[in-house]
Formats: sequence, C-alpha cells, structure tokens
Amino acid sequence: MPALGADMEAGTLIEWLKRPGDSVHRGDIIAVVDTQKGAIDIEVFEDGVLERTVVEPMSKVPVGTVLAIIRPAGAPAGTAAERPPPAARVRATPAARALASERGLDLSTVAGTGADGAVTREDVERAAIARATAQAPPSPSAQEQPPGAPADRIASMRAAIGAAMARSKREIPHFYLTTAIEMQKALAWQSGQNAARPVADRLLTVVLLIKAVALALKEHPQLNGFWTDGAFRPGTGIHVGSATALRGGGLIAPAIRDADRKSLDLVMRDLRDLVTRARAGSLRSSDLSDATITVTSLGDEGVETVHGIIYPPQVALVGFGGLVERPALVEGHLQTVPVLAATLSADHRAVDGRRGAQFLAAVRQRLQHPEQL
Amino acid sequence: MTRDDIRTVYLATLHAIAPEVDLTAIRADRPLREQIDLDSMDLLNVMIGLGEKLGVDVPEADYGRMTTVDEAVTYLLDRVEAGQSSRRTGTPA
Repeated sequence: MPALGADMEAGTLIEWLKRPGDSVHRGDIIAVVDTQKGAIDIEVFEDGVLERTVVEPMSKVPVGTVLAIIRPAGAPAGTAAERPPPAARVRATPAARALASERGLDLSTVAGTGADGAVTREDVERAAIARATAQAPPSPSAQEQPPGAPADRIASMRAAIGAAMARSKREIPHFYLTTAIEMQKALAWQSGQNAARPVADRLLTVVLLIKAVALALKEHPQLNGFWTDGAFRPGTGIHVGSATALRGGGLIAPAIRDADRKSLDLVMRDLRDLVTRARAGSLRSSDLSDATITVTSLGDEGVETVHGIIYPPQVALVGFGGLVERPALVEGHLQTVPVLAATLSADHRAVDGRRGAQFLAAVRQRLQHPEQL
Repeated sequence: MTRDDIRTVYLATLHAIAPEVDLTAIRADRPLREQIDLDSMDLLNVMIGLGEKLGVDVPEADYGRMTTVDEAVTYLLDRVEAGQSSRRTGTPA
C-alpha cells in the first residue's frame, strides 16, 4: 500500500484490475485504492508478471503493506513468491533501520520515500502508526459504512489535512518571504497568445506562475525536494504540486511532473487534466506521491497574500495572491500596474532567508520575460 | 436555436462543471461568480463546453459581457445567429 502523501496512514483496496499471470508494465494501473482523498488508481513501477495478489478486495490495510507480488520480467516463475528478497536489499537509512527494529517492523513492508526509494525514519514512524491504527478494533459503524459516502469522505479528508498540517507546523520551522511581482508584461503576453488561440488551447495565468517557479527552482534546487532523516534530499526532478480545491470541500495537490522541461502548453494540458481528474476522483498514485514543491494560487478569490503551510516532507511552498492595481513609475510616468504578491514558505532547516529571497527574485525575473517561459 | 435552447445548453454546461449547484436557485440577473464557486479553470471549462455545443468561440475580451446568465444567453444567441446568417449569405464570420 503506497503512501499517497504525508497524511495517509491506510487505504482500502477496492478492486484488482489485473489477474495473477497477467503481464504488467511500468505505469499500468493494477488496482484501485480508496483513501481519505478519494479513489486512487495504483500504478506499477516495474515490468513483470503479477505472481499473486496478497490483499483481498475491500480490505483496509496500513501504508507499507505488501499488496501483491510481481515477478520481474525474465525471472523464473515462483521465485518472487517463494523467496523474499534478503533484508539487506531493502534500501533504508540507518535511523530507519534502528527504529524499525525497535518497533518490530519488517523494513521490506515499508514504502520508502527517501532518495532512490530508501525507507526513512519518517516512513517507519508512519508505518508504525498505521499498523497501530489498523490493529485497533474498528467501530461497528466504520465496518458497516461503505467507503466513499460523501459526508464521511469530507470529514475524513478534513482529518487527513488536519493531521498533515499539524505535523508540518509542529515539526517544520517555517519562515515566510513576500515579494510583489509586476505582471503587466506577463498578462499582455498571455492576452496576445490567447487572442490567437481557440478557447480549448488558451493559457491560464497560473500556468505562467507554475512555470516561473519551476525555472527558478532550477537555479535554486535547495528548495526543491524533501527533508527526511535530518537532512535535505533534492528531488529527482522538478515536480510542482498544484493545490486544487475540491467541490464540496477539501484539497489535493497533484503533481505536474518535470514542469521546468515542459512548454507552457504542456503545463496547461497537465494542469487541466489533473484538476479535472482530481475533481472527478480519478487520480493516480504517482499524481499524489511525486510533488517536490507545492504552489497554491488563491487569486481568483481576491486574496492578496497567501502564507501557506508546507506539505511535509517538502521544504517549500509558494503562495500566489490575486492581481491588484498599484501605482508605479513606468518610464518616468506614473501609472497603475497589475501586481501580485508571491509568498515563499520555506523550511529553515533546509534553507536560509537569503536563498529564499534569491529564489523569489528569480521567479519575479522569469515573469518579466514571459516569451521565454 | 431559440433563447430558451441557448439557456438550456448554458445551464447544462454549468451543471457538468459544478454538479452540486442548484440551478433553479441561480438568479439570472446577478453575477454568476457571486452565486456559485467557479475558479478560472472552471470558467475556461465552461467556455470550452459552450464552444463544443454551440460552435461559438468566445474571445477572452468578451468574457466581461457574460457575467450573468441573462447576459451570457443574450451574447451567445447573438453569436449563434450571426454565425448562421453569415453561413446563409456566404460572408465570412
């Protein structure tokens, strides 16, 4: 059972989409899992053959539980099922090993979120809590209620968000920096682009913001990644989580992968796809587990400044407020120009204020050259 | 296509994007965004849906002419009729 975010402790396997004996390929959807954030399609991470399923449909199991055995492509039948990989092959940090042995947890059952999928101390803590939760006798009402009842879903999503945000505020020494970004060039460029495009190909302003953040992160990789086991681990790509409000309440931040390397059109396509799927409840496991930073934009609602809470184990979040008209001198003339506030929330364990200020300056600079985004 | 037809298409498009909204409670003469929760992605999706159903591509510059349901229906009716008359007479749209 993969951890689909810092706030997930357990999931209910709804159905298997592959049968034992089926070939599976990286990226295939193998199962559907119900979580506090809705039903999620679970992807396979390697090529092989589904040897056997371990968890039965409609079972709720903690994060880290083995769901199925997949025999790697080319391996003889039966090897994966009969001979578990030796413990030494599980990548784990020393602190994680120590804690796992202290808590009596088998490291091979814990999903790793560290570098190269290594199991971290936080992963072990999470798995230990999840195991304790799953072992507690469920209340009769919880047993009888089918997963996915809407009121129940909203309450459980609130609880999950609450747990993750409380952990963030408890553990992460946040600091906040705000800068005003002049947007006249970016908006003029966007209007010009959109005037020439059919409605389905138009760009939203937030896409320019996401791309500017991704490019600024290339210059300042210290803000792109995770704080685990007392150290910063850079992300393996720039995957920008885009905070998306769900209708009826709740919030989810699926990732736009490799946003720095995508054109604005591709970022827009991905964002539209993610928002549509988030609101329809058809996200995939990788959408939720990959983000290396989060961007939130509340400008549509007329908010001026957003001081967001970092989504652990990420180390930074960028909050964009709405456009406001401000007086400014433009080529010697007093004019009003559209300005928006960009606020960086950063983890002081990973980065200092000066670096954060340089990063925000890079975001602002990128938005002055929209044609290069 | 009558005004009522356009209104039906418009409300159906809205319903597809915001299924929780009680369409009968919407005041047609008041700004839509003061009544229901629509962000910029929702608005774009409304425009894309209208384009697919009515064949009308609304330029961004005209979004301000569609803030209420009544305004939107009037605007779309004009555009649909203009499209039909230009097809009949063969003049470019």
